[in-house]
Amino acid sequence: MGYPHPPHPRETVLLSQYFGDPEARSLAGWRQRGGYRALEQALAMEPTAVTTIVKDSGLRGRGGAGFPTGTKWSFMKPGDGKAHYLCCNADESEPGTFKDREIMRWTPHALVEGCAIAAYAIGAETVYIYIRGEFTEPLQRMTEAVREAYAAGLLGPGAMGGKARIDVRIHKGAGAYICGEETALMNSIEGRRGNPRIKPPFPATAGLFGMPTTINNVETLAAVPHIITQGAAWYKAMCLSSPKSPGTKLFSVCGNVRRPGNYEVVLGFPFEEFLYDLCGGPPAGRKFKAIIPGGASVPIQTMDEVRATKMDYEGFVAGGSMLGSGGVICIDDAQCMVKQIGRLARFFAHESCAQCTQCREGTSWTTKIVERIEAGQGTPDDLDTLLEIADNMTGKTICVLSDSCAVPVVSGIQKFRDEFDAHIQGHRCPFRVAAAAA
Amino acid sequence: MSVPPPGSLTQLERAAAFDPALPDAYEPLFVGERRVALDEVLTRYPTRMAALLPALWMVQEARGWVSEAAMAEVAEVLHVTPAYVKGVVTFYTMYHQRPVGRHFVQVCTTSPCNVCGAEDVVRAFLTHTGSGEIGATSPDGRFTVIEVECLGACGFATPIMIDEDVIEGVTAAQVPEIIARYP
Ligand SMILES: Cc1cc2nc3c(=O)[nH]c(=O)nc-3n(C[C@H](O)[C@H](O)[C@H](O)COP(=O)(O)O)c2cc1C
Ligand code: FES
Repeated sequence: MGYPHPPHPRETVLLSQYFGDPEARSLAGWRQRGGYRALEQALAMEPTAVTTIVKDSGLRGRGGAGFPTGTKWSFMKPGDGKAHYLCCNADESEPGTFKDREIMRWTPHALVEGCAIAAYAIGAETVYIYIRGEFTEPLQRMTEAVREAYAAGLLGPGAMGGKARIDVRIHKGAGAYICGEETALMNSIEGRRGNPRIKPPFPATAGLFGMPTTINNVETLAAVPHIITQGAAWYKAMCLSSPKSPGTKLFSVCGNVRRPGNYEVVLGFPFEEFLYDLCGGPPAGRKFKAIIPGGASVPIQTMDEVRATKMDYEGFVAGGSMLGSGGVICIDDAQCMVKQIGRLARFFAHESCAQCTQCREGTSWTTKIVERIEAGQGTPDDLDTLLEIADNMTGKTICVLSDSCAVPVVSGIQKFRDEFDAHIQGHRCPFRVAAAAA
Repeated sequence: MSVPPPGSLTQLERAAAFDPALPDAYEPLFVGERRVALDEVLTRYPTRMAALLPALWMVQEARGWVSEAAMAEVAEVLHVTPAYVKGVVTFYTMYHQRPVGRHFVQVCTTSPCNVCGAEDVVRAFLTHTGSGEIGATSPDGRFTVIEVECLGACGFATPIMIDEDVIEGVTAAQVPEIIARYP
């Protein structure tokens, strides 16, 4: 639902059905709402059969890259004598994204159940749920849900009366966006600095503690119980545009918009109608100037560019951006794009783990130059310098944080060049001048 | 204090000897109940090192920050070096490497909140707490205010954290009333 607003009739609420319903939080409440039937059903199947259902459903990773979940699970080879792990990525730090937070706050058992089913399917004995340290309430809700699940025999040795042992552990992060990157997250659980690792080896070969590991986002895992109980065909049929993008997706909407919140729609939903009908459009008297549709790491778009976009993995790419994490950032015409692009660059500079030179230096120089332009001290060749730095930051580093910083800068200069030029030629920020006059 | 020869002391004692700012009376943290709690944490991971982040959280909960002596103690308990622990502590922004005010205020100013007026909220906190500048502690020791990157609550601009509490939808005008709730 459009939490914190009542559900919009055009939403399809699956994951968000119980947002705002405190009774859904307890084990008893969750069971009354049909909880843990999926786990029971899954445990009665062969693990590979569970993976096959998820594969056939077409579910794709909701953490950003959209990798097919069932395929990822099939890389795991149980019975090879090694320990196997499942990591649940609840680091949610991509600016604009706040959906995993609400899943954990309102329906913690949905995630516990999804984790247990996934662990069973891939033969993992232990699940680590990595929750960012700032998420104090989600941490508390998840800890309580795990405690209840153990007490009821749903986790631990002989989980739910079956043969499998499934342990679920909560690991609290300590403030680092980069720990959302899968291999950085594994290092962080191991008690190391959160530096991403060079791949290969991929996690399914050598991941957490050097053992075969699968990592999935909170929303991905929370969707799994629905697929088990209602079937792959049912899930796959929920699709409004590209057949490669089935299911529902939570979009977090924020920035300059009338009704910010989390909205759950079937993938392929028309973006313009989403922005205006569901989210209420821009604040009174304003216009949308820029939309960043998938969290801070994806290309910035103008309203004209997004008008015809269909909200799925293929649709956002066709429109020139990406679905990413589903964090829709709205920026209205009263905002200075140079300032906001500088602020995004500052975010990435702050969060760079600093192991790759291109990223460490690139994010910090990009920030300095964009902020200098914003302050009215830019020079005409600054834009070329920025683009050159961005080129050096793209496709050259261990992880894509570096690329993610270049993306808003390049797309921002392309699409809002007039604003950059106005700052450079006028030696001041036109928006600040307008604000001072008002 | 003279520096003792290597090998003659535990890492903890050595760290205390090297750091003149530390009281000789550093009280170990991982004894009694806290030690039991840490031992329980250790059962959740296949390596001792993996208990490092949880152990540092325990330190911060108990002492409010993570001192060099505490890092040395954690190192000793987890069988790693103090330098290693320091390397990890400095990576993560939530561990305080120096004491902070009684209440630690974090205001998100990343773009989604920034376009909703987050900078006004920061200014209001700096003014009304008397801390004056980012990262500084107010003269009465009550507040330290920092800007933080995305708190994962962007739809509720401007979210802030005071200690463990997240408060959503904060405006500059509400700041005095919020501050009053944290004596
Ligand atoms: C810098 C960076 C930050 C990331 N942050 C997150 C995050 O906070 N949450 C998340 O689920 N995935 C994040 N990812 C993506 C993960 O690496 C990984 O692809 C994802 O968790 C896989 O789960 P999925 O297949 O279910 O989407 C991040 C990636 C990068 C490069
Ligand atoms: S940008 Fe402020 S909470 Fe995400």
